Amino acid sequence: MPPTEPTDTPSPSKAGDAVPRVSDAPGIRFEKVVKRFGSNVVLRELDFTVAPGERVTLIGPSGSGKTTILRLLMTLEKLDDGVIWIGDRPLWHQDKGDGKLVPAGQKHLHEMRKQVGMVFQQFNLFPNMNVRRNLTEGPVRVLGLSKDEANARAQELLELVGLSDKIDDHPARLSGGQQQRVAIARALAMRPKVLLLDEVTSALDPELVVGVQDLLRDIARQTDVTLLCVTHEMHFARDISDRVLMFDQGQIVEEGPPEQIFGSPSEQRTRDFLQAVLAT
Amino acid sequence: MTDVLDSYRLLLQGAWITVQLTVLGSALALVLALVFGLAGTSARVWVRALNRVYVEFFRGTATLVLMYWFFYALPLVGFRFTPMAAAVLSLGLNIGAYGAEVVRGSLNAVPKAQYEATVALNFSPFQRMRRVLLPQAVALMLPPFGNLLIELMKGTAIVSLITIGDLTFRAQQIRGATGETLWTFVAILVLYFVIAQVLQLGVRFAERRVDRMLGRGPAPKDDPGAVVAAGASGTGVNP
Repeated sequence: MPPTEPTDTPSPSKAGDAVPRVSDAPGIRFEKVVKRFGSNVVLRELDFTVAPGERVTLIGPSGSGKTTILRLLMTLEKLDDGVIWIGDRPLWHQDKGDGKLVPAGQKHLHEMRKQVGMVFQQFNLFPNMNVRRNLTEGPVRVLGLSKDEANARAQELLELVGLSDKIDDHPARLSGGQQQRVAIARALAMRPKVLLLDEVTSALDPELVVGVQDLLRDIARQTDVTLLCVTHEMHFARDISDRVLMFDQGQIVEEGPPEQIFGSPSEQRTRDFLQAVLAT
Repeated sequence: MTDVLDSYRLLLQGAWITVQLTVLGSALALVLALVFGLAGTSARVWVRALNRVYVEFFRGTATLVLMYWFFYALPLVGFRFTPMAAAVLSLGLNIGAYGAEVVRGSLNAVPKAQYEATVALNFSPFQRMRRVLLPQAVALMLPPFGNLLIELMKGTAIVSLITIGDLTFRAQQIRGATGETLWTFVAILVLYFVIAQVLQLGVRFAERRVDRMLGRGPAPKDDPGAVVAAGASGTGVNP
């Protein structure tokens, strides 16, 4: 069962540049996705679709399954049931030719992960490498770039995140905001087509939050990746997203463009949540 | 006392054997520790079982009994070992079992977030281990490895029981020949201590290199305002 419209890989019509975000980024589709931790059902038969190049923010109370969605897409958690499509290929399954999907092996996961990148709440830079190697290790060893190519890419990205002078420093010598910028650059160095942002400013001191958010806004503007973002920063969510999904207890309560969700939410649970978040 | 000092050649011969046993034994122990320690972190049950069997068996048997096995018992069923081989195998297998636990514990102590970052960058399982998890675990392994190294060196003092002429054996010889019990044992006490200090220096050197790899230690002089971010190294061990 191939996915329907929005998850199709982009049609080869290159002329459609008027619609900038229909590029080579794949769409995403969750089909009756179930995720349990023990007896705790985090996602219950979740269905939703993200269009190619779309920017979607997931909001909702903690424990509502937002981060689990990102972790499933990054293959950090195993899928219990259902199918996740990235483009026209299932992430966790392989088609055995007869249309039947069987659980995928490591090789398939490795292939699929090439499209996906993730930035973590706690940055997760490698402390045993300096900034340069944090940025070049993946491109050299996984993508097979030459050292020079990877270096050039690292320099370009550090310029983008405003840390060119830190290239030979160790992560331990950077502030939280700087570390997160490096982590963003590291994710981008792999040229992902789907970028997952998991509460990327939650661990930062308040004065550092804005800088990282501005950077992400720039990146969203300059690239055409499909973006999934979990955040508690509602202003940021409003700026960056095409669409906001409000989650509660593993289900989508409400969805719509940010103006609608933040301006005139129709569900009581959304109103309660927004009130609670904005009060703090 | 001068009698003891006059026999310095014998003492040095013995010390040289002790050093050889230490180097060869710890090399074997290191290899075994890494192989079986890595096995202990495997996702496969049967690989982990290998780790358990090795660790429990060789940690639970006395080095001296192992030496007797290699030197006296196994030849009876056709496996012959030179005295040195029997000693190195016994010391290596025994200390390697302790080392395997150190390796396993250190790898488990590397934050899970580091593993997740390697998945997000699409590293292969080998690259995850080789480039990220193992280097960070080494920082945790070094202090206990230093203990084990010295433990192994001191453990060589029993090899005369399988006819090897190590430092302790030579001391007994000199004592028998000169009757200088006190000064003979003072001499080997000092020699063992000196060997241990040299080993300890080596471990310290390795620790400093690892600190530099992790960006710890004094800030580079061109960066006076360096901010050390809390938890950035993620390994939680400071020398």
